[in-house]
Amino acid sequence: MTTAFYRRDRSQQPLPLSPGYKSTVLRAPVRPLHALEQTSLEQSGPALGHTPLGALDHDLIRNAATTGDALGERIYVFGRVLDENARPVPNALIEIWQANAAGRYAHVRDGYLAPLDPNFSGCGRCVSDAEGRYLFRTIKPGPYPWPNNGSDWRPAHIHLSVFGEAFSQRLITQLYFEGDPLIPLCPIVNTIPDKDAVDRLVARLDLRNQEPFDCLAYRFDIVLRGRRQTHFENRTEGL
Amino acid sequence: MNDRLKETPSQTAGPYVHIGTAPQAIGRPALPNQPGPVIESNTGEAIVIEGLVRDGSGAPVRDAMLEIWQADGMGRVGEYGLFARATTDFGTGTFRFRTVRPGRHAEGHAPHVAVLIFARGINIHLHTRMYFPEDREALAKDPDMRRLEPEAVATLIATEDGKTEDGLPLYRFDIRLQGENETVFFDI
Repeated sequence: MTTAFYRRDRSQQPLPLSPGYKSTVLRAPVRPLHALEQTSLEQSGPALGHTPLGALDHDLIRNAATTGDALGERIYVFGRVLDENARPVPNALIEIWQANAAGRYAHVRDGYLAPLDPNFSGCGRCVSDAEGRYLFRTIKPGPYPWPNNGSDWRPAHIHLSVFGEAFSQRLITQLYFEGDPLIPLCPIVNTIPDKDAVDRLVARLDLRNQEPFDCLAYRFDIVLRGRRQTHFENRTEGL
Repeated sequence: MNDRLKETPSQTAGPYVHIGTAPQAIGRPALPNQPGPVIESNTGEAIVIEGLVRDGSGAPVRDAMLEIWQADGMGRVGEYGLFARATTDFGTGTFRFRTVRPGRHAEGHAPHVAVLIFARGINIHLHTRMYFPEDREALAKDPDMRRLEPEAVATLIATEDGKTEDGLPLYRFDIRLQGENETVFFDI
């Protein structure tokens, strides 16, 4: 018997229609979402985090290398995957994609003039461990211009796609880097009305977890929807 | 009881979603065990689902990523549930899944496929369902569908579109993000 998830708290989410981000104007639904009770389908999900990954999938500095390491500021991006009840989510599959250090994506549709890096594809994956911990090694992506209101600039960011234990927990988001002055100027960031919610998308510099003389570290925790708790579960055993 | 953590906010998957989720769409090999658009299962009748995602002007969305999650042919979810992922074609905007006809996974509910849509300009993924046109009777009794207007239910029902080149039943499921005949999206 599975338990339902808390309803998604939309106050913490971006608005679908946010005219500052032009692409939403024709792509945001006009009608309100229709609320449904979950069934066993939404309360379960594909076990993607239980299948083996490639040994270098989490290491973007090396996983597309041909002549040497990828160019750029070497960083770890690490943290925990938790649910709303603060329980670790093990076996979560995290897929990431990002621009290179110059702000260019290795993608047929990116025409930005900054150069490609022949040793960097910008694609990575990892699975959280029993305590929900995950780790990537990569380079810090560069900011880049995009056609929105004239030339807007994206803050440096990494896209993350997360599968927890259930389809209800599905999440795709972007992480930003502490101290980036482009964050408050970004129309995509500003689709989120709640400033505290934006702050939770900012990875924190964590010098204690650096690799000395090698790699800086940024910490980013991910929170997925949690299951409703029964009173029984909250009661101390034996009472 | 409000000491719960808050869910991480969503952000758009953007136009370069293929790099991380569907590298074959940009000419790179898929990673081991990476989900694609084809579900192999001997639990039910093989079918193909094809469609377009259209924006508010009617133009096909050519940079979307869709995911489906459904019961297997025997109506089992959980570890038996079936998952696939497809991207829309850069030229035509068409997406195409090969799967099996799902069984009924919940008493009273008509069989269906859960569909998530991610794209540039979609800040948080959209969740809809695809139902089958031959299930009219089950749909009429389905508690979720009975709470919707008939025009709204119609946006969730695929149309039979003959057979594929290899003889599989082909279902067409077009998704309208906005405007006339806007698809019903759910908060589940």
